[in-house]
Amino acid sequence: MSVTAAGAVDTARSADRRWLVLAAIWLVLIAAPLWMPLIGGYTSLGTRILVLGLAATALNFLIGFTGVVSFGHAAYFGLGVYGAGLVLRYLAPSTPLAIVAGILLGGVIGTIVGALIARQRGIYFAMVTIAFEQIFYYIGYKWDAVTGGFDGLRGFQRQPIHLGAFVLDIQKNDLAFYYFVLFIFALVVGLMGFLLRSPFGRTLLAIRENERRARFLGISVNRHIWLAFSISSFLIAAAGALYALLNDFADPSSLYFDLSGDLVIMAVLGGIRNFWGPLLGAAVFEVLQDYISSQTVNWLFFIGLVFVIVVMFFPRGLLGFFHRRRQT
Amino acid sequence: MLQLVLFNLFNGLIIGAFYVLLALGLSMILNLSNVINFAHGNFLALGGYFAYVLIPYIGFWPALIVSPLLTAVLGLIIERTMIRRIYGRDPIYSLLLTFGLAFMIQDACRYIWGVNGLPLTTPASISQPLSQEFFFLTGYRLFVVGIVIIAVAGLFAFLRYSRMGMRIRAGVLDLDTVSALGINVRLLRSLNFAGGIFLAGLAGVLAGGQIGLNPNMGDSLLLPSFIAIIIGGMGSLVGTLLGGLLIGVAAAITTMFYASASDTIIYVIMALVLLVRPRGLLGEEGML
Repeated sequence: MSVTAAGAVDTARSADRRWLVLAAIWLVLIAAPLWMPLIGGYTSLGTRILVLGLAATALNFLIGFTGVVSFGHAAYFGLGVYGAGLVLRYLAPSTPLAIVAGILLGGVIGTIVGALIARQRGIYFAMVTIAFEQIFYYIGYKWDAVTGGFDGLRGFQRQPIHLGAFVLDIQKNDLAFYYFVLFIFALVVGLMGFLLRSPFGRTLLAIRENERRARFLGISVNRHIWLAFSISSFLIAAAGALYALLNDFADPSSLYFDLSGDLVIMAVLGGIRNFWGPLLGAAVFEVLQDYISSQTVNWLFFIGLVFVIVVMFFPRGLLGFFHRRRQT
Repeated sequence: MLQLVLFNLFNGLIIGAFYVLLALGLSMILNLSNVINFAHGNFLALGGYFAYVLIPYIGFWPALIVSPLLTAVLGLIIERTMIRRIYGRDPIYSLLLTFGLAFMIQDACRYIWGVNGLPLTTPASISQPLSQEFFFLTGYRLFVVGIVIIAVAGLFAFLRYSRMGMRIRAGVLDLDTVSALGINVRLLRSLNFAGGIFLAGLAGVLAGGQIGLNPNMGDSLLLPSFIAIIIGGMGSLVGTLLGGLLIGVAAAITTMFYASASDTIIYVIMALVLLVRPRGLLGEEGML
């Protein structure tokens, strides 16, 4: 009896703490434009971190919560970039439409690819995702007439958003754009959190923990992996669409597997078992990359070294590392 | 017309031969150690650069053997110090580790030998066109095909008949049992890794003579090699061999009809194979 009571108090306490942590995270994000300049940051860096952090978080839906490694998710990110860019360039000067188009392009194509590869597992799954990514890289790279080829797609700008009488000028005002991105970030991350707490999300965790047992329980594992792949493609495509708005530019490097590697290392660097790990990882990686490339022309060597060091010494990521220290 | 067809077929065979050398090494490492070596294309470049350094001192023919050996030794050191530590862990770590190594080797090559391409001098005796009509049949290209055939035959003979080769094949099927039988699995994996890197280094010397050296020279070969493995079937080296030749020739034939699709065709083939036969042409059922 007393054991149960103590347990209940414990659960209540940890639930309290979870709300506190959550509130702190959102406070930090909302106040970022205020405190970032104090430590040498600037608003557009914050926006960039938010966008890439969203991409890494979306990828982590698959890696951290389904236990399936995609090393080709830049494809669906990049398709989101091009979807948004192409709409703004050729179709209509509307930011919401561009975002929807980016999400649809990346998500639908991710769903189709997912159907083809959901039967693969482990390292083979990763290899097939890389191979598929290359298809879209080639299309972006070769289809000069539409995508601008190697030079990329230029000649579009994010458009101010009209909300009835009020106009949110995200085009000229960096601060407004930051909060717009934060708003979309909150929507996508909220949706992802909701999905993870649903029975569907719990099923994905079960597959991650023990695929064979999940299969014995009658869960159609392949279909769930396909769905998880599809969902994470839609989510990462949203990040891609924001990336197009951020840069007013789309180029094939956003489809290349180097970016996939960057996104995976962000997730691992922050900690894939933690919902907020990839965002932290994106922040650390971006700042590190910014710093290293300002210090040496051989920055690629040191970025490679970062990968190696993370794998060798911080495989659980920053959050996992601190978590473990606290436990011991 | 016949000349054109032969020209393209032969081109396809050459590029396919490079895919095969690279993909076989990748496949060996993948099958036994469950590691995708992203740095494989960079080991290829290293092989070429080592030959570039050695040729003035020891000549082309010794360099053809010594540079891949040096590359393999470097691969062995990297395997022993780093890659070994992530065996048996989640595949994400081996992907990230070799991804980082690829960046490091690529940038090191750029730092040491420069961004610009360097030529690799090949002996005059194998650089002449053999006939006026079939101008594309240069001696060097035939030489490349010949060396690749020898290397592939040697690899298959090694795996089939030598004690070590048998152990490697057994390890691919069931590493735990092989280990329980008292065989040093760590050594097996190290040598297998070095063997795969040797093939990459060899491909680097051959490719250097054909297209010259640059720090990114392996990049364009790496992904088609993945495709060759996927098409051929995971776990099957014969499948990898067929896959490499198939995509090389398919890309070359496509060039004849619609040149800008030649890069895409290999991915179309891959998608079809995955749709119809997810385990690849010769893949084992249990490998998935």
